[in-house]
Amino acid sequence: MPPHTFKVNGRQVTVDTEDDVRMLWVLRDLLGITGPKYGCGINVCKACTSHINGRAFNPCSVPVSQIAPTDEITTIEGLPDTVGADLHPMQEAWIDRDVPQCGYCQPGQIMAAVDLVKKVQAEGGTVTDDDIDEIRNMCACGTYGRIREAIKQGADNM
Amino acid sequence: MPAKHRTEAPGPSRHRWVSPTAGAPDGMRRRRFLGYLIAAPTLAVGVKLTADSVLEAEALPSPTPEVSEVYDLSDLLLDSTRPTANLITIVVNSDGTVSFTIPRAESGQGITTTAAMLIAEEMDIPVSDVTVDLADARPELLFNQQTQGSASVISIYTPVRVAAALARGRLLEAAATILGDEAENLRTTGGRVLSTAGSSIPFAELAAAAANAVTREAVTELKPVDEFSVIGTEQRRDDVVAAVTGRKKYTMDLEVPDALPTMIARPPTIKGTVESVNNLDEVRSMPGVTDVVEISTDAEPGRGTTSSAVAVRARTFGQCIDAVNALDITWGRGNVDGESDASILAQLREAPAPANLPSPTPLDEVGGQLPLVTEPVGDVLDGVGATESIDQEFVFYWRSNAAMEPNVAIADVRDGEAEVWTPSQIPIVTQTQLAQVLDLPQSQVTVHVPRGGGAFGRRLFSDAALDAARVSKEIGKPVRLMWHRADECRAGRVHPMCISRVRATYSPSAGEVVAFEQRQTSVATDYTESFGDMITSQAAKLPFANELTLSQTVFLLTASVPYDLGAIVLGYNEIFDFDRFATGSVRNLNNQDFRPAQELVVDQLAERLGEDPLEFRLDRVEDERAKAVLEAVRDEGEWGRDLPDGVAQGVVVHNEYKGTVAVLAEVDTRPQTTGREIPGATTGPRVRRVTVAVDVGLPINPLGLKAQMEGGVMTGISHVFTGSLHLRDGNFLEGSWDDYRYTRFWNAPTEINVVVMPASGDRPGGAGELAVGAATAAVACAYARATGEMPTSFPIGHTKDVPFEVKDFVPPLPPSPVDGLTAYPAPSAAGPAFDPSS
Ligand code: FES
Ligand code: FES
Repeated sequence: MPPHTFKVNGRQVTVDTEDDVRMLWVLRDLLGITGPKYGCGINVCKACTSHINGRAFNPCSVPVSQIAPTDEITTIEGLPDTVGADLHPMQEAWIDRDVPQCGYCQPGQIMAAVDLVKKVQAEGGTVTDDDIDEIRNMCACGTYGRIREAIKQGADNM
Repeated sequence: MPAKHRTEAPGPSRHRWVSPTAGAPDGMRRRRFLGYLIAAPTLAVGVKLTADSVLEAEALPSPTPEVSEVYDLSDLLLDSTRPTANLITIVVNSDGTVSFTIPRAESGQGITTTAAMLIAEEMDIPVSDVTVDLADARPELLFNQQTQGSASVISIYTPVRVAAALARGRLLEAAATILGDEAENLRTTGGRVLSTAGSSIPFAELAAAAANAVTREAVTELKPVDEFSVIGTEQRRDDVVAAVTGRKKYTMDLEVPDALPTMIARPPTIKGTVESVNNLDEVRSMPGVTDVVEISTDAEPGRGTTSSAVAVRARTFGQCIDAVNALDITWGRGNVDGESDASILAQLREAPAPANLPSPTPLDEVGGQLPLVTEPVGDVLDGVGATESIDQEFVFYWRSNAAMEPNVAIADVRDGEAEVWTPSQIPIVTQTQLAQVLDLPQSQVTVHVPRGGGAFGRRLFSDAALDAARVSKEIGKPVRLMWHRADECRAGRVHPMCISRVRATYSPSAGEVVAFEQRQTSVATDYTESFGDMITSQAAKLPFANELTLSQTVFLLTASVPYDLGAIVLGYNEIFDFDRFATGSVRNLNNQDFRPAQELVVDQLAERLGEDPLEFRLDRVEDERAKAVLEAVRDEGEWGRDLPDGVAQGVVVHNEYKGTVAVLAEVDTRPQTTGREIPGATTGPRVRRVTVAVDVGLPINPLGLKAQMEGGVMTGISHVFTGSLHLRDGNFLEGSWDDYRYTRFWNAPTEINVVVMPASGDRPGGAGELAVGAATAAVACAYARATGEMPTSFPIGHTKDVPFEVKDFVPPLPPSPVDGLTAYPAPSAAGPAFDPSS
């Protein structure tokens, strides 16, 4: 089994596994990083959404061989560190709005929201309902209303 | 022993502790409750889940009007828990915090937060000082460890408070000894006991002093409702920080040594069987794979149909997926091969629901069968002049009750013992079934209940736990078993397809509805694991259960007609055996079908009688709480406001679970909305704005209650427009969340406002499912008014199109993609759900 080296949540790691094992399983099953959740395994529910080099990606659909030693993966566990705080402003907004019900989709929701806001802000805009309408993250508990409010609140502090 | 006696001003909080021998303290005897002081190193108290004398049976009324109004599902759930409950316990820890282990599941509905609030209220401690965990299966609790029918809060409300009050009283006694004072002179606040002289002792210092050497009975009173300072305030979920930081542990996140990922290759047709596995050795030698084994997947061990599949255990779930798909299996027949939506619909239509009451214009002449009784017809036809009828059939297709977290279980079955982790809503049933299939005594089976990632009725069945235990037993190793999303769609529990037929008879000259007949025929629903034994045990008390089927009983306990519509006739019938399909409920039992059909016809009646839909309902609702919530949504939701053509409002009121809820929805069906193009989205009509007003008697946590209403609305939207399974040739076409089109951001309302009505009673009602039927009905009514055409088949998009490429059935799992770095958001074949004008 070939070794694969990359950075995850600020830590350099090496994992011995077959090239085609998807990153979600490398993170969860081999590294014990369980924040990213499985919801579909085929890139349609977005529960696993995490960041690579600061942008959102879906580790259920990325073979570990596509990850380079210089790549930096951030999961929900590492999100606060990206702003050097105990909690990222988006997480604070989520807590303030009491967004989660079962909570299972929420790590992915937060990672997707941060990515969206970063993208919109980089383009010089502020996040709108139309932007939020395009988020693909599924929530079977139906927390969409509170997420919408929390994204706007979190964006104000990003 | 107490180190710091701080000085604080005494306050008004009343002493409520009654020592076991003392009489009522103030001459005015209040209700007293019995509990137990339990021998333990620190203070521990226990109480039976039966402590509330109000829970004693009331005289059962006659079965009219509709039974559900007087004896509904909540009563059944309470009654069946009554005679058998054992103790639930509260422990005061040496750091002053309080621990409670609740015999319920927590899957997002907020019951642990609610329990923490009840304890904090009664003990005068911060909510954050209370830790609530979930109990393992406790067979001695019998029926009293199930989480369904929105009954949790109703059933724990008094017992948990009694336990907390006992604990507080005992802390006062211990403090009194230390302070040399009378307990009557002491009060509690912020986790401390205070004396009138101004001394204070923190609970932390009393936890050991208040401990009991022997277990004994004790009596207490409860804090009066008018002194509540926690109940009724908004509290965030107890696990909100864990949930947003990724620290919350779901079953698949637990560290259990050597419990390697395990998945299952399932048959291409529903409840199919394995005939042979043709390449076992080849798959066993695939990378990461440790075991491949055929197992039974019977969900109802010992009865019903049999099915089987092949399980794969590997180092990672990714390798399980690849190995499952590499298996070459010869499959036998399934259970419903050849059946499709159309063939089921034909069979439903051939099995009309009986109704034997004389009805002015009966739908069918079905003699000699049982009535699903309601208000008698009597002389309703006298003096109303000529009558006319609305006669309409509604079709409701299959819906999935899958949560975001799939079916999961960890199992370790070795050396005559089984240890299982699974987020079961019915852990005792799970434990019993595990013992049965493993051939072990029940005492050798431990079932832990981690917090669940959604439940919605799916976790009323033990499928995943049985799968995991069977694999573990067979290979003698621990397994971490997860269903693939494709399994959830194709082998998961579904809300059965059904038809609801309504005949409403009205008198145009008298301006009145004189009779309302509604009869439903459904594919059989499997209630056996949840309500089955309970109803059997209560059959003598239910006015009708002896003579009806299980499903008819559940129907009558939940079906609600909140309006005075003259003579009311209800009927319910089923086709097939209970387990022909794998069925269950979807966040609600019958009302997500029953109510929209009914409310759409109510709107028609209003129109034909020339009345405003909301006024029509207000005039005919039968109780004041229902009237009040309707008025609240009328005002808050601006009923009747100016809206462009193609946008309209719909409004309904609904009573269930001892609560009442009104929903006002605004639906936009204009082409610029329905035709929105969003990559990978099924757009279509959009619910823009929703106003909900809810009265649950005594709201414990309005913030959590609102969340439940919001979730119910999202499910209602899915039920109306796109969330369904298509049955074709013995299996469902949907294979994942892209095909199964539950509400997404692009469908969700941008405005949702929930009004929590002030307390209308001194007891809480259930909330988890309350909004589903009402929201489904309100959205359907709004759509009908926006388009000018009443939809009669749900979800409306179901028969319009199958807008996705059907994933393969063999191999069973969609292959893992490789484009996760670039495909964000993922493109898909989806587009607008349907054009209402076509
Ligand atoms: S699990 Fe990765 S998108 Fe669903
Ligand atoms: S909070 Fe439960 S799935 Fe989103």
